[in-house]
Amino acid sequence: MNTGIPIQYFLILATIMFFTGIYGFLTRRNLITILMSTELILNSVNINFMAFNRYLFPHKLDGMFFSLFIIAVAAAEAAVAISIIINIYRRFTTINVEDVDEMKY
Amino acid sequence: MNLQDFLLMRQELLLTLAAIIVLAAEIFWNPAKKKSVIFFAIIIFSLVTAAGMIPSEDGYLFGGMYISTGLMRLMKNILDIGVLIILVQSYTWLMKPENEERISEYFILIFTTLVGMDFMISSGHFLMFYLGLELATIPVAALAAFERYKNKSAEAGIKLILISSLSSGVLLFGISMIYGTSGLLYFYDLSKVFAGGSLQILGFIFFFAGMAFKISIVPFHLWTADVYEGAPVNITSFLSVISKGAALFIFIIVLYTVFPVIIESWQKTILVTSILTMTIGNLFAIRQQNIKRFLAFSSISQAGYILLGIIGANQAGMTSVVYYMIVYIFSNLGAFGVITAISNATGKENIDDYNGLYQTNPKLSLTMTLALFSLAGIPPVAGFFGKFFLFAAAAEKGFYFLVLIAVLNTIISLYYYLLVVKAMFINKNENPVMKFKSDIPTRFGLMICVLGIFLTGFASIIYEYIKNLSFGI
Repeated sequence: MNTGIPIQYFLILATIMFFTGIYGFLTRRNLITILMSTELILNSVNINFMAFNRYLFPHKLDGMFFSLFIIAVAAAEAAVAISIIINIYRRFTTINVEDVDEMKY
Repeated sequence: MNLQDFLLMRQELLLTLAAIIVLAAEIFWNPAKKKSVIFFAIIIFSLVTAAGMIPSEDGYLFGGMYISTGLMRLMKNILDIGVLIILVQSYTWLMKPENEERISEYFILIFTTLVGMDFMISSGHFLMFYLGLELATIPVAALAAFERYKNKSAEAGIKLILISSLSSGVLLFGISMIYGTSGLLYFYDLSKVFAGGSLQILGFIFFFAGMAFKISIVPFHLWTADVYEGAPVNITSFLSVISKGAALFIFIIVLYTVFPVIIESWQKTILVTSILTMTIGNLFAIRQQNIKRFLAFSSISQAGYILLGIIGANQAGMTSVVYYMIVYIFSNLGAFGVITAISNATGKENIDDYNGLYQTNPKLSLTMTLALFSLAGIPPVAGFFGKFFLFAAAAEKGFYFLVLIAVLNTIISLYYYLLVVKAMFINKNENPVMKFKSDIPTRFGLMICVLGIFLTGFASIIYEYIKNLSFGI
């Protein structure tokens, strides 16, 4: 039914994306880039869901629906996060996490 | 399916309605009398809470995506009562001139969060669970960044939203693996086919890590202290009690319904994390100077104790967790109520500022002492019974070593709770917090907490009632 790219390729791509996201989240210093890293994580989950759905359970659409909802929720999350980042920029005049460190021990 | 079935989800529907009504009030209310929105919103919310108490039948909606059982309704009622106390306590803070314009925003955000938590608790499907979880966390980040003119508040907000989106990403990665092994997402269907293959266990570990961020279990706790310190005091109490409680409730339900097959794996995981959470939470609490940070670490260690109730996987365990949450809500909100009152009156938030508090404000000191005793678990108050049941549930299944560590940790926690009590009663201070009289809502909220601390300890009917609703594996 599905000739061409085997499912493993998708799963490996998703795993690489997931850990790239985690790595970026931990090492990047710009708040917008950190936000992009979390989007990368969520998109890797989307790829996972769609690959599983298409290859293993093609008669139902659970995974597709799940990824649709993830996209919608990620947009809402990004909206709130960016509005807080704008507020941070107004308060600290920077969006570098190294400078947003009033609370640290 | 007829229209009457929607009564099953009346708590969620009524809360949504309440949020819309407050939004309408914001638009049409006379701008000169904006402050009276507070009373209006609190009255609406008490009506919603009362409506939630009405007994109703068990059932499910949307093909099992939404489930309503007696236990779930009880959990929602517990959260409702906690939120009601927080709303009453935040009265003074909302009356301040800088918050006046945003009173209705505060209520709308709190109600929306609560809708998310209710959906999360009632979910019977991972999609519903995820949507509820996100609806419960995104508005809280907006609330943490509520004081726009303060640097710390903005910092707390960004830390919370980034950590929560990372944790939901990790959690979803786990869910996608579980989906890949079975093609199912319903809790009930999954429990039938779950076999405990390696991919499923890996999926469970990601799921556990995601939930651990939300409950702030060590080693996923680092955000807690910063966010608790930076957020406004009322939001801190909301985060430490309501958010944590809702996440714990759904965590225990999912563990017992979806993952009973791999019980040995998750018991080991919880054993290790529980020991770490209790010990590290307690040791870090000793060296804190800011009282909100102090209570943040105390709440981390409390989560460690609660894991003791989960690990047993028996009926007594679930009963003790729900019971402990009731006790914890009253005790922690009592402590936070005193902190809110002092912070509103003087703006002081350090433990040193509490030196000699008994000389000037004896009633507040006594309430704080009672709440801290309850958190520490000293016999006459409810906290003792809560801890006793948690430890008994773990000991019943033979986790004696874990119980020993927990008892040792209780002794450590007693030390630092008594440090605050000592500061209030014994330490001398040239310039103590001035004598002030709190307004009626604050005193009312504190009185409910004190009553709750005593009554939940002595009324055995509460424990029996929860026990009838709980279930084990």
